[in-house]
Amino acid sequence: MAFNGHQCDDDIVDETPSKLPRCNKEMAGYYNNEAQNEAPVSAGRAACECRTSNSTPRHRKDSVKKTRPPFPWFGMDIGGTLVKLVYFEPKDITAEEEQEEVENLKSIRRYLTSNTAYGTTGIRDVHLELQDLMLCGRTGNLHFIRFPTHDLPVFLQMGRNKHFSSLHTTLCATGGGAYKFESDFRTMADLQLLKLDELDCLVRGVLYIDSVMSGGPSECYYFENPTDPDRCVQIPYPLENPYPLLLVNIGSGVSILAVYSKNNYKRVTGTSLGGGTFLGLCCLLTGCSTFEEALEIASQGESTRVDKLVRDIYGGDYERFGLPGWAVASSFGNMMFKEKRESVSKEDLARATLVTITNNIGSITRMCALNESIDRVVFVGNFLRVNTLSMKLLAYAMDYWSKGQLKALFLRHEGYFGAVGALLELLHPS
Amino acid sequence: MAECGGVDSNTSSGHTMDKSITLPPDEIFRNLENAKRFAIDIGGSLTKLAYYSTVQHKVAKVRSFDHTAKEAACDKLYEISVQEEVTARLHFIKFENAYIETCLDFIKDHLVNTETKVIKATGGGAHKFKELIEKKLGLKVDKEDEMTCLIKGCNFVLKNIPHEAFVYAKHADSEFRFQTTNPDIFPYLLVNIGSGVSIVKVESEDKFERIGGSSIGGGTFWGLGALLTKTKRFDELLQLASKGQHTSVDMLVKDIYGGSYGCLGLTGDLIASSFGKSATADKEFSKEDMAKSLLHMISNDIGQLACLYAKLHNLSRVYFGGFFIRGHPVTMHTITYSINFFTKGEVQALFLRHEGYLGAIGAFLKGAEEDNPNQYSWGENYAGSSGLMSVSPEMNPMQRARSGTFPFDMLEMDRLERQLVNLPLLQDPSSYIPDTVDLTEDAPAREYWLYCFEDALDGVVKRALASQPDMPEAAVRAEKFRQKYLHKLQTLRHQPFAYGSLTVRSLLDTREHCLNEFNFPDPYSKIKERENDVALRYYQKAVKALEELSCEDRQFALVRGVLAGNVFDWGAKAVSDVLESDPEFGFEEAKRQLEERPWLVDSYDQWLERLKGPPHKCALFFVDNSGVDIILGVMPFVRELLSRGTEVVLASNSGPALNDVTNGELQILTERIAAMDPVIQAGLREDRLTLVQSGSSSPCLDLSRLDKVLAMVVRERQTDLVIIEGMGRAIHTNYYAMLSCESLKMAVIKNSWLADRLGGKLFSVVFKYEVPAGRPDQDDAALTP
Repeated sequence: MAFNGHQCDDDIVDETPSKLPRCNKEMAGYYNNEAQNEAPVSAGRAACECRTSNSTPRHRKDSVKKTRPPFPWFGMDIGGTLVKLVYFEPKDITAEEEQEEVENLKSIRRYLTSNTAYGTTGIRDVHLELQDLMLCGRTGNLHFIRFPTHDLPVFLQMGRNKHFSSLHTTLCATGGGAYKFESDFRTMADLQLLKLDELDCLVRGVLYIDSVMSGGPSECYYFENPTDPDRCVQIPYPLENPYPLLLVNIGSGVSILAVYSKNNYKRVTGTSLGGGTFLGLCCLLTGCSTFEEALEIASQGESTRVDKLVRDIYGGDYERFGLPGWAVASSFGNMMFKEKRESVSKEDLARATLVTITNNIGSITRMCALNESIDRVVFVGNFLRVNTLSMKLLAYAMDYWSKGQLKALFLRHEGYFGAVGALLELLHPS
Repeated sequence: MAECGGVDSNTSSGHTMDKSITLPPDEIFRNLENAKRFAIDIGGSLTKLAYYSTVQHKVAKVRSFDHTAKEAACDKLYEISVQEEVTARLHFIKFENAYIETCLDFIKDHLVNTETKVIKATGGGAHKFKELIEKKLGLKVDKEDEMTCLIKGCNFVLKNIPHEAFVYAKHADSEFRFQTTNPDIFPYLLVNIGSGVSIVKVESEDKFERIGGSSIGGGTFWGLGALLTKTKRFDELLQLASKGQHTSVDMLVKDIYGGSYGCLGLTGDLIASSFGKSATADKEFSKEDMAKSLLHMISNDIGQLACLYAKLHNLSRVYFGGFFIRGHPVTMHTITYSINFFTKGEVQALFLRHEGYLGAIGAFLKGAEEDNPNQYSWGENYAGSSGLMSVSPEMNPMQRARSGTFPFDMLEMDRLERQLVNLPLLQDPSSYIPDTVDLTEDAPAREYWLYCFEDALDGVVKRALASQPDMPEAAVRAEKFRQKYLHKLQTLRHQPFAYGSLTVRSLLDTREHCLNEFNFPDPYSKIKERENDVALRYYQKAVKALEELSCEDRQFALVRGVLAGNVFDWGAKAVSDVLESDPEFGFEEAKRQLEERPWLVDSYDQWLERLKGPPHKCALFFVDNSGVDIILGVMPFVRELLSRGTEVVLASNSGPALNDVTNGELQILTERIAAMDPVIQAGLREDRLTLVQSGSSSPCLDLSRLDKVLAMVVRERQTDLVIIEGMGRAIHTNYYAMLSCESLKMAVIKNSWLADRLGGKLFSVVFKYEVPAGRPDQDDAALTP
């Protein structure tokens, strides 16, 4: 593969796989009002949608075709714990294309789309699949796949077996693993990675997914009555004017970004107390080994047996400082005492770990929001996957401690935004 | 969180009372006979007891004879008497909870005062011991809010103890870097790390607010640490942590990236996910590594929150306290690291020497509000206080097991007679550092001075004994003094940071405190009297000789006179040896010993030039020794200033120190001189010559702690010249002091080691005349009150 960076080469008309993806100024913007008005359901504000409508000038269609990279289209995010992969499956393949399509490409497409689990640890999140999406003039489905980072060698071996490198595609990857495993990709699978900054991809992915989802099921939502199980409901939240926005990405660790516009954002801070800490401590404390397991155990426990609450010290609220009795005064504070250590269950410990990590993220987030004067916070990252407990806790903590000033928002595609951003970079190099 | 006094530790050796231990009555719970106003702060493992007491002290007083009567009948200049004086002292004692009953019994047995009805109590353990205290002492336990006590205590130590706050730097030459006392202590942030964390913004004496906190605190370290490592004690957990490697448990940036995350400036060694590597069921981790990882996780988290709060409230002074911090180098280091990381060095983590006492001090102050302790200045008594890390927290269990001794720590604070304030003429009070050399950081200088003070100790003991010839028990006290001071020197050799920055001044002050402790208030009183007497006889002759000189020659002779006079100093070993062996060593001889010009530091020409200009409005003169120095050196100089039309304020020590002239002595001497000299007489009569006390009893000079009256006089007189004389005041201290008006620092270096260091030799002269940058009239403006 001869990819040396982003070059423009307008002379090249065909779609020979060895050719470079090209820049096209007309394609550059995300937000194109014209596009928004005319786009079909899924297109939303994303300018990269090349519509099938008649109003599209012919030459634009051509230029799209020119700059379109060859299939397959992947975006990859290799994190500390999980690898996130998005795959665009074209559904508008013509008979002509079908004939031309090489066997290797066909085989990859079939393998990915006909399974929902790969090997023992790879999973396709079917419920997140985006159907009939239009990307660069092609209609298709966007698939969301994940597997543990420690299984990356298995993935590479598969890529080798399926002769992935013969497709001469560009593999856009982000996350720390894109750097760490770059040479493994080269030596084990003969693949050259295009490494992308993870925060760039994250921001790009979040803004994109939200935009394509705006006509369908809402990508963004919040919790109403987060503490009342009977009345707690998810309410769609239109992120029409998303800026400024605090974006909290909870993976193994946590990054907090302030996003002011589509290409103006900064990393405010981060914390090492993240999803990795939750799972790491749970494994040590309960002997569990997976995130799902840890969450399952936590859901059955009671953190108040482990934590020392304000009311444990003051008998009730500490009114002088406006601290409610139910607030945690010391996480794991009761565990200083031998008899209490002996009386708690694994479930209690897992729950306390979850509550401790979640509350701490909430607390740091709230301080950042105050310092940056931002009142909307979007929480993303795989720590929140199937983790309604943490989401409700965050929702409640944001609301309570800010006296209703801060709103906690969540996105359905939690952990996949980096990978989506990487895919977008393949299609539209910035 | 809000709970600051720590936690109940039923995991520690607990409450098994060890009654076999006898308390050393001379050392602990001193002055109980007069004790009143008790306060107690009972934390998770340590109890802090506070009480107010009065101390009977011998003080030296001088009184003028009635000279108008029969002068011949008496061959003495003035009467020296040793009187009993009562001074107020605060006692704070810290010991392990295990000894609480033993201690209460001891107090009950020794407590004579029956007026006290109430004991103020604070701390998490106060309720648990309430009944015991009430039963043993017959006092009603009156509980005070912990946070209020903590803040009150914090304000008190920050205001009254120089070098209270320090920055911790693990790998520096000196681990503890003490902060200069900023006269304006507010606003600040106090981060109290007990079982949870409370973040408090303190804006004034009475105004503070808990602006935030975190549940991840010392209790999390202890509780989670106990679960992970099966280690019960907090101290042991810290020890484990100090031996571990967190990188085997934590997921670092380089574990994810293979290297650093360059574009964000995140280095590879940064922790990306705490405990990120332990997310596996099939690997074992060592206790040490897990404890270390946990310590980093908690310290970083607290540091990060503290920084976010400091930023939001725009505060740069952040003090850390609570049982998580309390003297533990491990946690001070990790917190410091975290604060540096998150603020990129903009905010420093500050710690307090007496952090463990804050609650007890605050509770005491709450109970003593009617005495209004905040209207006084207080000073740390170096003789009675144990100093930082006297009992290392990690050492406690082992120490006890080994020797069966009773480990305790003490802080004693004396109420000062005068309220102390800044000299209004300091250019920048917040950056003023009195001491020229910080012996905490300068190891060769420390070695030398510790040796020097130890070497001189025999002479001081001899002198002390000689000052009380008719007191037979003086020998016993003198020996006790020797032991005490020797012990202090030994402590300082190993822990130079024990009382803040170690300086020549602190060594001298410690000696004075120890002498006072054993009732040697003024060992030099008789020598001073004799020398004053001799010098007075020469006064008129000296003045006459000066008057015969031309104006310009006279100026030089006056300066030489001050310098030669300053050679007479019993405080300097080189000189006291000469004075001892050759009592006839005279003023003229001293002049001959002086270095010829150009002096080591010589701005005499500028000074002479200045004298050709308009006279100064008012000169403030910090004087040094008795005898020749004050009478034949300083007084003629003062006389000249007065003649020039300059008002003079003579500032002398409030209490005795070495052979320095005290305010009491100077009053008498000045009267005697006035009787001989119409210029001085007129000066006194017309109120153009004023005597004030400095508020100090030290051979050195701290311009940030001076008598309030002095400061007032300085302002009223629009002082535009400050003269500082002598090695103690102008070289060991204030050599680099920047004043907002003209200043003159004059001294003779009477120590060959110091002379060598400064590039001179014995009896080299420092004559440093300085004019502040900027126009003089602008500086005047700063003076108007």
